[in-house]
Amino acid sequence: MIGILRATCKIFAVSTLLITFIAHSFAVSANTPDNVLVVGQIAEPKSLDPATVTAVNDFRILMNMYDGLVRYKSGSLEVEPALAKSWEISNGGTTYTFTLKSGIKFHDGSNLDADAVKFNFDRMLDESHPYHDTGPFPLSFFFSAIEKVEVISSDKIKFTLNAPYAPFLSNLAYPTGLIASPEAIKKSGKDFGRNPVGTGAFKFNSWKANEAVIVDKNLNYWDGVAKSDAIIFRPITDGNTRVAEMLSGGLDMMVEVPPVSLSEFSGSEFSIVEQAGPHVWFLILNAKEGPFANKLVRQAANYAINKTAIVEDVLEGTAAVAAGPTPPAFAWAYNNSLSPYPYDPAKAKSLLKEAGVTNAKLTFYVTQGGSGMLDPVAMGTAIQADLSAVGFDVEIKTFEWNTFLGEVNPGLEGKADMAEMAWMTNDPDTLPYLALRTGAWPDKGGFNSGYYSNPEVDKLLEAARSSTDQAERASLYQKMQTIVQDDAPWVFVANWKQNAVTTDKVKNFSLQPSFFLILKDVSK
Amino acid sequence: MLSYILKRIFSAIPVLLGVTLIVYFIISLIPGDPATAILGSFATPENVKILNSQLGLDKPIWQRYFIWLYNILQGDFGRSFSLNRPVIDEILERFNATIILSGTSFVICSILGILFGILSAAYQYSFIDKLITFIVLVGISIPSFFLGMMLILYFAVSVRWFPVSGMYSLYGGGGLWDLINHLVMPSITLSLVALGVIARLVRSSMLEVLRLDYIKTARAKGVKETRVILSHALRSAIITILPILGLQAGFVLSGSVYIEIVFQWPGIGRMLVDAILTRDIMLVQGGVLFIALCYVLFNILVDILQLWLDPRLLRK
Repeated sequence: MIGILRATCKIFAVSTLLITFIAHSFAVSANTPDNVLVVGQIAEPKSLDPATVTAVNDFRILMNMYDGLVRYKSGSLEVEPALAKSWEISNGGTTYTFTLKSGIKFHDGSNLDADAVKFNFDRMLDESHPYHDTGPFPLSFFFSAIEKVEVISSDKIKFTLNAPYAPFLSNLAYPTGLIASPEAIKKSGKDFGRNPVGTGAFKFNSWKANEAVIVDKNLNYWDGVAKSDAIIFRPITDGNTRVAEMLSGGLDMMVEVPPVSLSEFSGSEFSIVEQAGPHVWFLILNAKEGPFANKLVRQAANYAINKTAIVEDVLEGTAAVAAGPTPPAFAWAYNNSLSPYPYDPAKAKSLLKEAGVTNAKLTFYVTQGGSGMLDPVAMGTAIQADLSAVGFDVEIKTFEWNTFLGEVNPGLEGKADMAEMAWMTNDPDTLPYLALRTGAWPDKGGFNSGYYSNPEVDKLLEAARSSTDQAERASLYQKMQTIVQDDAPWVFVANWKQNAVTTDKVKNFSLQPSFFLILKDVSK
Repeated sequence: MLSYILKRIFSAIPVLLGVTLIVYFIISLIPGDPATAILGSFATPENVKILNSQLGLDKPIWQRYFIWLYNILQGDFGRSFSLNRPVIDEILERFNATIILSGTSFVICSILGILFGILSAAYQYSFIDKLITFIVLVGISIPSFFLGMMLILYFAVSVRWFPVSGMYSLYGGGGLWDLINHLVMPSITLSLVALGVIARLVRSSMLEVLRLDYIKTARAKGVKETRVILSHALRSAIITILPILGLQAGFVLSGSVYIEIVFQWPGIGRMLVDAILTRDIMLVQGGVLFIALCYVLFNILVDILQLWLDPRLLRK
């Protein structure tokens, strides 16, 4: 019997020794290699085919491997030339003719020409295109205004739209408008998303499921060779594990640091980067029925909620208080004269009294989490408490994200009085056009789930969409923001500031307002 | 014997069919669909309808199930909606990782579990028994994901003995040592609960056997105590222990789902969780079928082993 005990002790001693030995022989392996950036991503990419993906997480990789005809200027959401060297807008904003830069090649050596550009858009939009079956293309509606795409010459391409559509250029700068190699699509077919070929600063090396996507620098890049030799994108879904990996030296940078973990990176060996983006977090109020059909009650809700407390305490300063429906990141279209509804419970109470509303019962749809939703349960609970304090009786119903979207997007009528929502967009047109117009009520295919309707706003938005003069568009959007803020179809809560942490070795890194990750000029 | 084995293998088919049928309908019945998951904020009823029809999801559920079944029988596991690649490619790529992690954990928990069980039975009520019981209870009680996080914080972040996550170093990695280095923390975390269960059950079945007359006879004959325990008692106790190991193998396999998330292990478990969140029914079915198959095969193996150890069972 003593023998068994002795054997157990031996096994223990040997395995402990072994583990210690393994640990020590690899203790240095946590350091990342020189001149290769290791980036901690929030999830495994779905695909690396730009026409088929929808998530910012995937866009962060794609923007380094592909180029579009145009792109956002660094640090802004204004459009500048990329693959196209110039363009002309004619016929009242319905014809866009682009001239391409010459001599640009895809990573597979094929030429970027007008035919290649046409191939990309036809693949997405034309159901009879031989490679349309490499989809589906969920965001192809970004380009639904395109009637036809014509090749004028090898370096000239013409887009004809069915109506003037001002966001067209900024949609082309969106990842859905990135140009992929037609030769590679023909070769890989449906598996192109696993064998991506673009013109970007980095070219595809390998993708190991749930481990990493590795891209190498493109030595022939038309806009200057990248500073890093390669980038390794590692998907680490669990926020805590991502933080631990960053702290242990396994990553050079990570995006979307959980607010509660920011303090872990206060040391000098890390730097925290922040950037406000085109994001707005709001509450949709049901303006069709119930207490929120009355504008005074909607305004009261805006006064009653302590947004500063939500932003500073719940979100630990990772967001700013929102003033209206348009995020300040759209600097050119933002109305600087707007200031957020102040936290004023007394004013809220007096508005409710004026409206004759007492003890209104509210059903409040909250999600457990989703793209851009920040910390929805904690935020929802704080909102519930603030509303109760001025006399609302709020009942929260919580849903998992997909179920939540399935409940909210078809409209709140007959179900709820308010719902959480967040949007990240690329143009000041997108969100109000899809979610505030009368023509965007859910039964008409839009996202106006709270049934807000103001003919003046409808008119302003239509006019802004068909104008191609940026100054004119800006003034229309600014007017729209003033009216919408006063009408209060939503409670405007927060504009998220995207964050990232890098080690002190990483140089020249900044976040973009587009929320994309542009790593060409970043070095280590 | 052979006919018994064949019978067991054939009887596994309805089990697998049942599992896929139940999973298919549960996933279809929970709210939300792949198109909504793919479109996110852009999911208008209209966009969802278009995308669903492009994905072939506009047919009735039962029809889709039979199409799936028909394709499976032809070796076609379908395409994942969310990853836009064949399900079988994804599963094969992740298969190894899960087998390595759960296999290692299973070996650890079986060997240590049996050893602990024997020791506590042999030294019943002694200090060793109490110590093992305490350790085992702690092991069973700590939630694995919490233990995993704590191990990461201490051994990976503070003292930096082991890497936080992943299966191989992505740079200059590869090879057996690198794998073992990455495997230590997740496999220990995963094996702990099963180890506790096995140790407790081995203890009680050993105690039962140790009370029997033939053990007394052996002791009276003057057989050495080590031999009494290992040859006489364990040999008959192992027959009741084997099915427990079979059950725990299933536990380890399914437990790997959350361990794979905490340690970012590139296995089937992680894939399944993502697939459920995106309502990727093809991927869920593929993953579940794979896990069920492993479980069923392992249990058949255990049954066969049991027969081999105790041929009397065949006559029953």
